[in-house]
Amino acid sequence: MGLFILRRSGVMILTALCLTFIVFFLTNLYPNLEKLAKTQGNFRMSDEAVESWLGSHGYLQPLPVKYGQWLGVMPGWTHQGDDGVTGRCLRGTVTEEEAAQGRRFCGILQGDWGYSTVFRDDVSGIIATRLGLTAKLMFWVLVLMVPSALLVGVLAGMREGSPLDRTLSTFSIVTTATPEYVSGVIFIAVFASSTVGLKWFKGTATSAMDSANFENFFLPVLTIALYGMGYIARMTRASMTEVMTAQYIRTARLKGVSFRNIVMKHALRNALIAPFTVIMLQFPWLLNGVVIVETLFNYKGFGWTLVQAAGNNDIELLLAVSVVSVIVVLTTQLISDIGYVYLNPRIRIS
Amino acid sequence: MEPLGWIEIIARVLYQFTPVWIALIILFAVSAAFKRKLGLYGKLFDSPIGMIGFALVMFWVFTGIFGALDLIITHDPLAQVSGLKNKVPGTALRDAEDGQYAWYLLGGDNLARDVFSRMVKGAWVVVQIAPLATLFAFMVGITLGLPAGYYGGRLDTFLSFLANLILAFPVILLFYLLVTPEIVDTGVPSYMAAVLFVFPIVFLAVLLNSRYYTRPNFRTPLLIGVLGVAIWLYLSLISTNGYLVNTRAISIPALPRTLDLFDIPGGILVVFVSVVFVNSPTVFRIVRGLAMDIKTRDYVAAAQTRGEGPWYIMLWEILPNARGPLIVDFCLRIGYTTILLGTLGFFGLGLPPESPDWGSTINEGRKLLSIYLHPALPPALALLSLVLGLNLLADGLREESLKD
Repeated sequence: MGLFILRRSGVMILTALCLTFIVFFLTNLYPNLEKLAKTQGNFRMSDEAVESWLGSHGYLQPLPVKYGQWLGVMPGWTHQGDDGVTGRCLRGTVTEEEAAQGRRFCGILQGDWGYSTVFRDDVSGIIATRLGLTAKLMFWVLVLMVPSALLVGVLAGMREGSPLDRTLSTFSIVTTATPEYVSGVIFIAVFASSTVGLKWFKGTATSAMDSANFENFFLPVLTIALYGMGYIARMTRASMTEVMTAQYIRTARLKGVSFRNIVMKHALRNALIAPFTVIMLQFPWLLNGVVIVETLFNYKGFGWTLVQAAGNNDIELLLAVSVVSVIVVLTTQLISDIGYVYLNPRIRIS
Repeated sequence: MEPLGWIEIIARVLYQFTPVWIALIILFAVSAAFKRKLGLYGKLFDSPIGMIGFALVMFWVFTGIFGALDLIITHDPLAQVSGLKNKVPGTALRDAEDGQYAWYLLGGDNLARDVFSRMVKGAWVVVQIAPLATLFAFMVGITLGLPAGYYGGRLDTFLSFLANLILAFPVILLFYLLVTPEIVDTGVPSYMAAVLFVFPIVFLAVLLNSRYYTRPNFRTPLLIGVLGVAIWLYLSLISTNGYLVNTRAISIPALPRTLDLFDIPGGILVVFVSVVFVNSPTVFRIVRGLAMDIKTRDYVAAAQTRGEGPWYIMLWEILPNARGPLIVDFCLRIGYTTILLGTLGFFGLGLPPESPDWGSTINEGRKLLSIYLHPALPPALALLSLVLGLNLLADGLREESLKD
């Protein structure tokens, strides 16, 4: 088991390195840099001005060098200007003596995530606050999604083919067919529109960043939860129907155990192994949902930051965002594998 | 002109869809009459769920086709009529000329364009791109997944690592990185298109060669004919105005303009490529899993004993026996591709802003959603019903293919 985790962690680091290099490559293509220079400087810069702006900000070095600097395995760039020295590891313009004394390596290995050009702030600070906000959203999504999905799946799967099963299965198909931007729009139209509609909830979740309450936070949570729910419910249903046709359930039935006890004590535990894996693998999809819903409801969390960073080619923020999301995706995969082995004695013993 | 009431709006909308209803009735009548002779497709008409799904899907397919032929739409989807900005459904045109439809059936959007006509035109964008992109993703996934599953070992480890690498990307981040005007300028999508679109040709070549290589007299002309057409299509697909890439930094010539059959606008090409790119790793994983399962069967061992080549076994023994799950996944995946296209539109990526596709229309409508509902709701419900139809169709197919 230890070796397994070690190997998986190695693959994870390799994947993260490859992914960040791809992001690095794509964000550092010249047209992207040109756009960055024009948004940071001014829009009517000439080609020469763009060139010199990029040069003085260290963007014109070879790609592997820049990547090494970002990782922190190569010394950060410095630029000798007219009024002092600027550099990757320096804040603002400083004199030569100060530059010589300052740190030479500053990449993520040193815990320095860089500087966001859009928010004009340290990336680590931005990521921490935004992740906190998204964690709040995700927590409530899971609280709503997991129990209701399992309930729907178990209820549908315990009597295959019954009217209850048909109704709940149709419900779960409908939810899987409704992407967040469709359900979000419908929910806002029905529950939050100021002209017609019920006016039960608010159509934006901006105020939920400080004080979340039922009124301003329920719609975004419901929108994300609904799309993931159908899939988990269907998996639970499939695994439940499989368990309900197993021999030991038939034996229990023939012995005269009540249906309620069969479901609660005999079937449920075995039926919940498969959904566990699915729930963990659902995280990467939830991440997508988070981006859409945060944009739609204007909730300034991690997904909203991704859109801002990508839209403005904010290289270091974008890299940090991709590192975080890669870690989330791969960790959940690892947990689901370990959890599957742990929950399923047949695999654990063999 | 008086504004229309709700009942009249619904009646008129249903009337506008007349060609679609006729086509649907003919299709269902013919299919139901011959369903015993049509294999899996015919069996679909035994399952109510499959039939509902198929009806929904075909409704939008016909709407897309007839919409492109201008049979259904009431107004030009790009025309702006003064005085109809954000007007509610059923509003009459202020001074309708002769031959002009006198109402905006589902209201006007933020730029005073007809919501109904834009929704119908949007179906055509989806019907054009989604199935084709899914088909390409399947070609890529099958061509790489079969050897990975069949041979295993290093090749499998390497290809699986690549697939997991792409899957570990959040889709939206990938879209934001690939589908921007700046990236189109660098030519990256063109290179990706040049690589990804090779796979169908490789697939065709290997498929035919492995089957007929014992009969060179028949194989050689067949391969020359099929590959000739395929490569011509490939070259026309990837070249625009005689160049593969034509940017300030670099320009690579391709097929001359006189031989170029069709041009795909850069925006559409990049959308297409990125959707194929996102979908193919999942297909790869499914095909790989199926190949690993099927290669232990007796008929594969029999073929190996007969001395068949590995590609023959993969493409003519394993692939046909994996068709059930693959067809089901194909339906589901078209739905997923539709959702992805909508996502792209929702973030305003790739397609031009005035494009009538559903994602862009939802994106435009959502900005004023709390005041005006009608511009965003029709495309949202259209997308929902199409994806729902595809999911139901896949469910019906799965049920029917498990029966025998």
